[in-house]
Parts: sequence; structure tokens; C-alpha cells
Amino acid sequence: MLSYIIRRLIYMIPLVLGISIITFFVLHLTPGKPIELMTDMNMKITSDARQRLVQLYGLDKPWYIQYSRWLVRIIKFDFGNSFRDNRPVIKKIAERLPATLLLNFWSLLIIFCISIPIGVYTALKKDTLFDKSLTVLVFIGYSVPRFWLAILLMVLFGIKLGWLPISGLRSVNYDMLSLSGKIIDIIKHLILPVIISAFAGLAGLSRYVRNSMLDVLSTEYIKYARAKGLPKRIIVYRHALRNALLPVVTILGLSLPELIGGSFIFETIFAYPGMGRLGYEAIMSRDYPVIMAVGTITALLTLIGNLMADITYAYVDPRIRYK
Amino acid sequence: MIKIYINRFFHNRLAIFSSICILILIFIAIFSNIISPYEPNRQNLVQRLLPPTKQFIMGTDDLGRDVFSRIIYGSRVSLTVGAVAVGISMFIGIILGLVSGYYGGIIDSIIMRLVDIMLCFPTFFLILMVIAFLEPNIYNVMIVIGLTSWPGITRLIRGEVLSIRERDYIQLAKISGISDLRIMFVHILPNVIGPIVVNTTLGIGSAILAESALSFLGLGVQPPTPSWGNILTTGKDYIHIAWWLSVFPGIMIFFTVLCFNLLGEGLRDIFDPRTSG
Repeated sequence: MLSYIIRRLIYMIPLVLGISIITFFVLHLTPGKPIELMTDMNMKITSDARQRLVQLYGLDKPWYIQYSRWLVRIIKFDFGNSFRDNRPVIKKIAERLPATLLLNFWSLLIIFCISIPIGVYTALKKDTLFDKSLTVLVFIGYSVPRFWLAILLMVLFGIKLGWLPISGLRSVNYDMLSLSGKIIDIIKHLILPVIISAFAGLAGLSRYVRNSMLDVLSTEYIKYARAKGLPKRIIVYRHALRNALLPVVTILGLSLPELIGGSFIFETIFAYPGMGRLGYEAIMSRDYPVIMAVGTITALLTLIGNLMADITYAYVDPRIRYK
Repeated sequence: MIKIYINRFFHNRLAIFSSICILILIFIAIFSNIISPYEPNRQNLVQRLLPPTKQFIMGTDDLGRDVFSRIIYGSRVSLTVGAVAVGISMFIGIILGLVSGYYGGIIDSIIMRLVDIMLCFPTFFLILMVIAFLEPNIYNVMIVIGLTSWPGITRLIRGEVLSIRERDYIQLAKISGISDLRIMFVHILPNVIGPIVVNTTLGIGSAILAESALSFLGLGVQPPTPSWGNILTTGKDYIHIAWWLSVFPGIMIFFTVLCFNLLGEGLRDIFDPRTSG
């Protein structure tokens, strides 16, 4: 197991380098003289800001010096200061990250608690009315624009019915509430963003679990268990389910970037104080150090998420370790 | 083989239904100027924010423009962006996937690591990041969506090619001295046409979703050019008093993306009946 983890860690090195190259590439996307084009387009950037950009990224130096500086910055987590309020970028992100992790934790939990039972159930009841109506729901889940759904739910529950708050993570009077009042207040603010965040993943994962379960149910060893006369309950829950859920671990890793990146748009709609909204605000005000930092850190977080998913997979499925 | 596919297509209700809907959408997009009752940018400040009536069947917006006409014109943006963006990502994905799967070895490792790296970035985030450095307009939106959504296709095609490469007729072709390029494009490519067609269709759906989200955030198609996403931006501002501004464009996005997803599913059944669930 240990050697597997070490191998996976070594494998991460080229990926981290790759992330740094891609972000470096993004930084240099603007054709011609990068800095001047940026300022032509956006009057908000003054010649002072231009100077700071050149200095921060060393844009007047040759590219290899620029890149090595950028790499050092990533390794040291030093992304410079924000153009807007001149505070260290990394501090701004540290303030916002917990809110995003909180949101994603709950939506992941909900996705798993709902889609696994649904997936297993529809696999067992293949081609029944329930299975088919769920397939329809899956397609709706894939096709509906989530930001639109967010607005509709906001209007319905927030404005028309007035049940839930529609923005932020805390009420104005948060500090005056008792401890239980504070917890309830945060939960109320989380409900809508979590539902929207979980919505698409829910559809996808339940479909995935269903197909994976169907695959396993048609294997030889399940047929053998049936022929042996084992009760259905034992076949399904002890023999089939474990193997059917193995690939789900990988799916969890793969869905991480979409979860974090998806929160970009509805964190903005709900004025939720997370990383996504920080990134959006930075893009709108062309706060380049923050944009670069949010992009890089999101990618690194995904990398770590994938690593954890792989290690978990190797732990539950020993075959992986010896490949 | 093609006959079998066509035959299966006409026996697949899902595929027929969704392709008819898509054809109607394409028709609307091409003939926008004939179908729409008003100029999409014609302002009439006296007729601001009118609810749907016989005269304006989807109401008017904050500048007194006819929402129905704007939605009809918006279909042009959505379908164009969908088609061009997917064209770009398919082009890159097919070539990298073929090369990676066919040659294997170090080339394969490099391309696959590149895919892994790209997949670390949430697609939508990467699009936003790049757009932040460029000027937001419809061309950049198409290019950026295309340039960021190829990794999945590459991985898929590589997997298919890996299994085809080992087949006898490919080995035979190699021995008889046919060039690698010819083997890849003439002998392997037609065998992966199924996944390519399916993923093109599904890809158009997600490209349309991405464009509408970008335009909604103000980073995509810029007003006054109507797009479903930027009509929704106005809709959000007036949601308390003008529900029609948010509901209709949303339904259009939803319906269009749904059609492409259903067609993709139908095509999956047609090309590969075994894996359909």
C-alpha cells in the first residue's frame, strides 16, 4: 500500500508542473504586447496597475525567468497582492475556502445518500415505470441550466413563499443569535445552494450506479450465487453492491472539479461568500493575481481530491495496488 | 453497415422525435428574420415590461423590445456556438485520440498526461479564466469552449483505438506497408464513428449550456445582440415584476439542450445496442 501511495505521489509531480504551464499559458494569452492590450480593453487598469503587473509577474523578463518565477510562486503559495484592496491574495482565498468546502461537503453527502439507493433500486427494477421515469429525470437533470433553476427556486422559496433567505451565508442579525440560532441560520442559507449544487450530480451518479450495478449483476459469480440458492438480499447487498460501488469512488474524484467549478456561477447568484464568487468578482474587475491564484488552487485541490479517491480505491480494491 | 444504422434510426422513436425538434430549431435559426414579428433590437420605451399578450406573445423587456423576436434570434447564437465549439473540440480530440491510441508509448503517455492536467481544471472555470484575459464576444466564446472541452473526447477515442489497433486487419495493413496516416484515418477512424457521433451530439448540448451561462454572467455574447443567456441576465434584474423575461429563455435553453441529449442517447442505441440501458 505504501509503495502505491509513493508511486501516486511521484506521478503527481508532472501534473503539478503541467498545471503551472497551463496557468502560465493563460497568463500570456493576450496576443501582441499583453499588458497594453489589457489596458486598452479595460480603462480601469491605470499605468500604475500596468507597472504592478509587469513587476508582479516579471513580464519584462525573458520567458524562462518569468516561468521559473511563476513556478516558485505556486510552490510557495505566494500569489502577490490583490489589485483591488492590496491584501495578500492567499489570505483572501483562505477566508473564502471554508465556505466553498462546506457547500461542497453537504452537496456531495446528499448526492451519495440519494443517488446510490436510487441507482441500486432502478437496477433491480430495470424497465419498470419507476426506472423509466427516473431516466427521464436524469435527462432533465443533465439539460436544465442550473443558473436558471437557481433563479426560479430563489423566486419561489425566497420571494413568493418567503421560506428561505436568498443570499449570503449569514443573516444580518447573525451575531445576536444564540448558538442554536446561528446553526439554524447557516443551514437555512445553505439549503438552496446545496440543492442546486447537488442537482446535476444526482442525476449523473444515480445513472452511473444503475449501470455499474447492472454490469455486476450479469457476471458469472452472481449467477453462481443465484444457482447456489442464496437469498436475493444477500446476493444484492453482500456480493453485488460492493463491487458495483467500486467505480463510484473514481467518479467522486472526477466530479470534484465540476463541483468546485460549478459553484462559480450559483455562488454568484446566491451571493455566497465562497471561492467561486471571489473568482467571479476578480474576473469582473480584472484582478489578475486573484484570478490566477483561484485557478491554480482549484486545480491543485482537484489533484489532491483525485489522489485521495485513488488511494481509497486502492484500499477497497487490492487488485489496483499491484498493477 | 450504413444501411443498418439508417434502418435502426427510423425504428428509434427517441432519435426521430429529437432530430425533428432539432431540425425545427435550425429552421427557426436560419429564417429568424422572416419568422420574428418584430426587429429584435427595436426599442419602444412606451411599451416597457409588458406581460405576454396577443401583440407580444412573450411580453417585452426593459427597453420595450419584443422578447419573442429576441428569443428567435437567440437561437442563431446558441446553435452556432454549439456547432463551432464542438467542431473545434472534436477536431482536436479525434486527432490526439487517434495518435495517442495508435502510436502508444511515450507519445501516448504525454498526450494522456496532458488530458489528466486539463481535467484538473473545472471546464467552466477554465473558460472563464481565459475569457477574463480576452475580450468577451461570440467568437472568443466559441473558440474557448472548443479549446477547453477536448480532453474527454481524446480519452474516449484513444480507448477505442487501443482495442481496434490489435485486430488482425490492422496488423495486416501494417505489414502490407500502408502508411500510418492512412491506417489511422481510413481503417481505424470509420470504426470509432459511433462514439464520435454520439459525443458530438452531447457536446453541442453542453456547449450551448456553457454559452448561455457565460452570456448570463456578461462574459459571453454582448448586448444588444440577443442570446438566451443575456436575456436571462435582464430577467434576473426584473424577476419580481416580469417573470416572462426569465421563464421563456430558460425554457428554450432547457428544451434545446434536452433535444441534443435525447438525440445523443438515441444515437447511442443505434450505434451500439449492447450498452444501451
